[in-house]
Amino acid sequence: MSAFADQVFLLARRSVVRTIRQPANVVFPLVFPMLLLAVNSGGLKAETRLPGFPTKSFVAFALAVPFIQGALFATMNAGTDLARDIQTGFLSRLSLTPMRGIAVLAGQLGGVVTMGVIQATVYLSVGLAVGVRPASGALGVLVLFGFALLVSLGFGALGAFAALRTGSGEAVQSIFPAFFVFLFISSMNIPRNLIAAGWFRDLATANPVSYLIECVRSLLITGWDGQALALGFGIAAAITVVALALASWALRVRMAR
Amino acid sequence: MDAIEAEHLVREFKNGPRAVDRIDLAVRSGEIYGFLGPNGAGKSTTVHMLTTLLPPTAGTARVAGYDVVHEGPQVRMRIGAALQEAALDPLLTGREHLRLQASLQAMPRNERRARAGELLARVGLSEAADRKVGGYSGGMKRRLDLALALVHRPPVLFLDEPTTGLDIQSRTALWGEVGRLAREEGVTVFLTTQYLEEADVLADRVGIIDHGRIVAEGTPAELKAQVGRPSVEAVPADPADRKLVGEILARFGEPITSAKGVAVRLREGESDLAGIVRALDADELKVEHLQLHQPSLDDVFLAKTGRSLEGEAPEEEQSARPGLAMEPA
Repeated sequence: MSAFADQVFLLARRSVVRTIRQPANVVFPLVFPMLLLAVNSGGLKAETRLPGFPTKSFVAFALAVPFIQGALFATMNAGTDLARDIQTGFLSRLSLTPMRGIAVLAGQLGGVVTMGVIQATVYLSVGLAVGVRPASGALGVLVLFGFALLVSLGFGALGAFAALRTGSGEAVQSIFPAFFVFLFISSMNIPRNLIAAGWFRDLATANPVSYLIECVRSLLITGWDGQALALGFGIAAAITVVALALASWALRVRMAR
Repeated sequence: MDAIEAEHLVREFKNGPRAVDRIDLAVRSGEIYGFLGPNGAGKSTTVHMLTTLLPPTAGTARVAGYDVVHEGPQVRMRIGAALQEAALDPLLTGREHLRLQASLQAMPRNERRARAGELLARVGLSEAADRKVGGYSGGMKRRLDLALALVHRPPVLFLDEPTTGLDIQSRTALWGEVGRLAREEGVTVFLTTQYLEEADVLADRVGIIDHGRIVAEGTPAELKAQVGRPSVEAVPADPADRKLVGEILARFGEPITSAKGVAVRLREGESDLAGIVRALDADELKVEHLQLHQPSLDDVFLAKTGRSLEGEAPEEEQSARPGLAMEPA
């Protein structure tokens, strides 16, 4: 293993280890989305009787949401941890070594992606346990994991960017509700074509989060939907590229040595 | 070749004062150089520039033979640094810190475990090695910080106020280790401090910095000699003897003020002390207290800046730390 790969691996492992050592950072991303899934599945079950609703199982329909919620938690955790490293001077300690600065970002995001995949495994396992059968089959599950990885990476990079620019865990946490607003004005609870209020349908259509949810949803309940996959992966990739570029720039500024 | 060289080094901050103002440094290999100064004098800013954490606004600096601006990675491979606050992850154990640091210093994988164990033993943390650092005391964190700075056996070590906030036992232990590193391993140590005693005990040479400028430099003895000769203070056992004791002391030097008794600045230096004792004895004058005062580094600081260093609070030059609010001009 090259020195760079070794450093990234150890920094990613540190990211995972310290996430695991903060039970709140593990429990909330796992439990909160599942609780919301249970509440919504109970309360909104009647939606499945709407003409044109894509499935008879509301759990299958709603299971897409935790994947995106989990990524949002990853954003906050990645950002907060990195901000803490800045506040405690740990980033300066890393800066005092000959390693390349980008290893810090790669390691941190490696940890975020690992946690994202673990979360996706839990969400999918819960879904399978309550009877959801992914319409796209085993290959679709692999694609689903690939998508979860990409979304975790993109949102994690956004969190890292916020941390590197502000250097404050509180500032990173303050942007979390803003991300949640995007989630709630999306198609998380009802397909866009069935939203009756025109203004809400327009907002959901303009909201990129809708397409991330619909990408996961297509794999779970529709099967292979090329348009949904292209939009979902395209938007996730665009977010990831932009967020990584911003985070890399912020890291260079922060670690100006 | 000097281990640390700086020429006309300057650091300015936007909307702030010139934190470091054209300082020159030449620290020889294997030397312990004490950088002494009060709060905000520019000590930490200088360390941040020399360790490549902060680019200088002007001037040049070379550490271990490499330019801090243009050859940063080479400098970082050859330095160890323990900055003002022990920058540790409270969620990792001491051993995990050392292994991570060894990896980031590109130490071969098969050496990391042994080196971590060796350093943990050296700083007395073997028993606490697998405990999370969040539960360590201040002294333990400082010792771990020092161990981290030494992982890759750097020839140059920067210690930024390493004993601030430590109890006397921890402080003495750290002094012992720093002294050993210089004497036995030939490590060059650049040590910032505002403790006069620390500079006096540890440093081969001392640079005194104030308002970003070096106002005095030399060995502690040289600096004290610049200030003047030692003085003797005597407190008679019987206050009625004060005048007689004063007359005897006056034979050995010029009287100076004393709050408790009488005092003189010795004409010949400390060799006069025996003569004073004999003269007092010959006149059967009893003294309750007789003390020789050597000029201290605080006297030097007072002479050079018009202010005293004693009683200064620990330095917090946070604005100079990378990652915090102040931006380069």
